[in-house]
Amino acid sequence: MRALLFALVLAPQLALAVGRPSEMLPDPAQEARAQTIGRELRCMVCQNQSIEDSEADLARDLRRLVRERVAAGESDQAVVEHIHDRYGDFVLLRPPFNWVTAPLWALPVLVLLGGALGIIVNRRRTAARAAPAPLSPEERARLAALEREP
Amino acid sequence: MSGAQRSPLPRRALLWAPLGLAAAGGVGFWAMLRGMKDGSYDPRGVPSALIGKPAPRLALPPLEGVATPGFAPEALASGRPVLVNFWASWCVPCVIEHPQLMALQARGVRLLGVNYKDKAPEAGRFLQRHGNPFSALVADAEGRAGIEYGLYGVPETYLVDGGGIVRWRWAGPMTPDTVSAELDPLLRRHA
Repeated sequence: MRALLFALVLAPQLALAVGRPSEMLPDPAQEARAQTIGRELRCMVCQNQSIEDSEADLARDLRRLVRERVAAGESDQAVVEHIHDRYGDFVLLRPPFNWVTAPLWALPVLVLLGGALGIIVNRRRTAARAAPAPLSPEERARLAALEREP
Repeated sequence: MSGAQRSPLPRRALLWAPLGLAAAGGVGFWAMLRGMKDGSYDPRGVPSALIGKPAPRLALPPLEGVATPGFAPEALASGRPVLVNFWASWCVPCVIEHPQLMALQARGVRLLGVNYKDKAPEAGRFLQRHGNPFSALVADAEGRAGIEYGLYGVPETYLVDGGGIVRWRWAGPMTPDTVSAELDPLLRRHA
């Protein structure tokens, strides 16, 4: 019962989220391409949604722009590039690799390397501690004497 | 044990490392909060992709019903810096920003207005009520010019230098502080 209510509440919103039928391209293959492109582009107003998921005015304008360019025969890459040129890296939901975003991508690797270095240094230290210096002749003699005692 | 005896100080200092890390984080967070309060840091702010690039050439019709002329794309590289201001009559922050635009115009700064997704009669009424600071005005009814500029809300203001290169973008209403602290030095540099 609850699930049904939940579905009833959500269904109209889901239908809205993908854009109105009037906005869609008549060719299903092109529409699918436009949706794939749109899902990679951030809605600059809501920031955590793609333009395909957002009901913001700007997202609708960008959806329309993507569809026009797809219909005009542009490649997916050209369409994304067109919007990237105007809105910058932030519009891409998958951040590209360049010198500005390099720290972002490199951080997990750096943390891993740092951890590995820490482990290696620590192991070397314990190893150095575990191997004591060999006994001197006097020490050996004293040990032998102690061992001889009952 | 020999390691501990050889370097007792760094090991003891290591005990303070978590505290130091937390303190550094605290200072960073405090700086962020302070920046958000005085407006110099905006976590939702996005740098413009157009800085240092030629301003998009707008070919838009003049705003109907207003005596202010429109402007041709060449107006963006006239040898003098211009401010391109996107605004709308339905935009509440634009009302907050308007006195700053009026003051800039009174000081002789050239303002090119782009009326964004608006109805011409309402835009005209807005200018009658609050004053018209624009030396040229065009209408971007579809929001296409906005996309060309990478606009994500109104008001937004772009400083275009005499060579037609975008030097600065301000998203949101400009306050008197914005003008004196950010815009004025740039206007002097690109004058």
